Amino acid sequence: MTATARDTVLGRIRDALALAPAPAPATTVPRAYRTGRTLPDAERLALLTDRLTDYKAQVHTCTRERTAEVIAGVLRERGAHRVGVPAQLDERWLDAYDGEVLTDSGDIPAPALGELDGVVTASAVSCAETGTIFLDGSPDQGRRALSLVPDLHVCVVDLSSVVVGVPEAVARLVPERPTTLISGPSATSDIELERVEGVHGPRTLAVVIRTDA
Amino acid sequence: MSTFLGMPATPPRSPYGTGNLRGERTFPQAAHDELRNEQLRRNLGRATHTIRAKRIAVTGELPDWEELRDAGAAIKTDTMNRLPELLERLERKVTERGGTVHWARDGVEANEIVTRLVRATGSSDVIKVKSMATQETGLNEHLESAGITPYETDLAELIVQLAHDRPSHILVPAIHRNRDEIRQIFLDHIPGVDPGLDNVPAHLAAAARAYLREKFMTTRVAVSGANFGIAETGTLSVVESEGNGRMCLTLPDTLITVMGIEKVLPRYQDLEVFLQLLPRSSTGERMNPYTSMWTGVTPGDGPQDFHLVLLDNGRTAALADRIGREALDCIRCSACLNVCPVYERAGGHAYGSTYPGPIGAVLTPQLAGMHAAKDDPNSSLPYASSLCGACFDACPVKIDIPSLLVELRHQNTEQAGTTAEKLAMKAAATVMRNPKLYTAVQKAASLSRAVGVGGRDRTISRLPAPLDGWSDSRDTAAPPTRSFRSWLASAEGAATMRAAAEEGARRTADDRTGGERTADNRTADDWTSGDRTADNRTGGERTDAERTDGDRTADDLTEGDHQEGQ
Repeated sequence: MTATARDTVLGRIRDALALAPAPAPATTVPRAYRTGRTLPDAERLALLTDRLTDYKAQVHTCTRERTAEVIAGVLRERGAHRVGVPAQLDERWLDAYDGEVLTDSGDIPAPALGELDGVVTASAVSCAETGTIFLDGSPDQGRRALSLVPDLHVCVVDLSSVVVGVPEAVARLVPERPTTLISGPSATSDIELERVEGVHGPRTLAVVIRTDA
Repeated sequence: MSTFLGMPATPPRSPYGTGNLRGERTFPQAAHDELRNEQLRRNLGRATHTIRAKRIAVTGELPDWEELRDAGAAIKTDTMNRLPELLERLERKVTERGGTVHWARDGVEANEIVTRLVRATGSSDVIKVKSMATQETGLNEHLESAGITPYETDLAELIVQLAHDRPSHILVPAIHRNRDEIRQIFLDHIPGVDPGLDNVPAHLAAAARAYLREKFMTTRVAVSGANFGIAETGTLSVVESEGNGRMCLTLPDTLITVMGIEKVLPRYQDLEVFLQLLPRSSTGERMNPYTSMWTGVTPGDGPQDFHLVLLDNGRTAALADRIGREALDCIRCSACLNVCPVYERAGGHAYGSTYPGPIGAVLTPQLAGMHAAKDDPNSSLPYASSLCGACFDACPVKIDIPSLLVELRHQNTEQAGTTAEKLAMKAAATVMRNPKLYTAVQKAASLSRAVGVGGRDRTISRLPAPLDGWSDSRDTAAPPTRSFRSWLASAEGAATMRAAAEEGARRTADDRTGGERTADNRTADDWTSGDRTADNRTGGERTDAERTDGDRTADDLTEGDHQEGQ
């Protein structure tokens, strides 16, 4: 039997490591960078808001009880008449919205999502220092296509889920879940390095930060 | 020779990689033409300076940037040392989660695997996320020859593909094109594009969005690369900006990811390091707009048919080099390109490889080899550097690129065997060992000057064969009209030396109170003994006569180059 590509490649790696063995025994990775940081609510909120704004995301701040009102305001302002929501989004969030609400399900083909004016989702974790929102496909965030195809993404972030830095955020993730990191709307700098916001993903990202949730 | 039990035989070295890892011309030849392209130089200069400033700003704002670099470098070293177990674990985890793992010995095999997988879906089109690995293997050309149309979806890759051009930068492959050129490319090649399209980048991006939207919605197969593959969990990751990556990774039924074996990382936690190092080094952003992470297949979300192709293609050949393997730590951020004075002027095409710039100059020869033949373009790459070290400072995983370049120069010289240069060095050594011969040669050289060799600036820009290889990339100082030795032997030389000796004696006497000055104790006799170092010790006391004759002589030059090549 001829060797499989797998055996050949693994064999080559072992040969290479025999030809050029590691100088030291085992490498211990120095992790002297900052981890486990905390900041008071007000500072995390200010940092996240600053970074999101820097990347041209719209930021709205509200309390839990005003969630529906703020979301409705954002959708109205953007002229969104028809929005999609994941299966288990808190339905009260759209109580103040007078447009059409479509609850996503797996049998809706992705191109059909393009007919939506926008989508409203929750979020898993956010990183203040980089202005990054993490979606992990939980039932209140939905499948990845839902928050990708429509041109407007309204994303609700609870301040309690906002951490300071990247290590703190990665520590909160569940690796096996399909995870999307979003830092502002899509952008390109491919033409003379001039930043253009809005290419293929949602061209508008509106973040609703709930300060008491 | 008999082999004893317990005495391990030297394992064989892996074959080199195939694909777009070798240019058609040597770096100096290619750079010579690229340097004439003023548009290219303007575009590149502007772009690299912009991105440099951004990178400096966002890396400077992290007080623990150096600690992150240390961690990144150590994780990569650890990865390379444990590569077999990590890859086996990655394979197991991806398989457990419903993915299929394939192994490719080289680029040809990877292309064949991908083509077979696409054929099995019945699709004649694929959408592609920008991927260095598939650029390296030449996948697009292979797919086209099999009747499958690949659509590049990254804006820059789209520009390059539509123009039948080649990428010139790892991060921004169309950096060599300006907005007017891009407008024209779109007008010429995008079907149904608005003929009134102007050159505003936002409008050009919108035209690409409209064109690709339909491809995203209808194409059933996508091909991607991967920035990271986590052994611990089987998670793969693509870091991007435009959302084309999310589209390709999410909407099709089938996803085929081609990943170099060196891209594996041990732990999920390691992402906390690389998700800080990569965006800040690459685009100079605190975080890139979008990063996707997926683990095998997730029911009801994204492609239900996932394939991971693990690519060797010369990586194991690089791994077998104790020094050179460091180049495999590269995370393709392109920071080294943007700070390189050579890249900034010559551009990416001059390197002839998928991987340009400083990292390309060390990675390409290791992946695809430097063949002993003198004109192998890859053997010119380690010399495409001034060894200024800016790349080392910029590298987020601390790859010591200058040292790798020097090592590769050494290997190239060792491999080169007998060349004209080596013969010349050997002849020079024989001549220098024999004082009579040396004097005779110097006289002959001076004679050549007397008959008019060398221009007004006393340099020779073109030497006759077989020394033309030398003069292709540097000017040679014309030999002085008179050698130092013959000057020293003349009445003028003797008088100068006497004066210098008297001066020295005087200063020695002055210095007695202050301490020894050995150099000044030397007399003219020492000098005539032919000790070359004496020349250096005259310091500021060289006379005008000496200075006139102080052009670099042939032996100065050979020595200088010899040091550089070690």
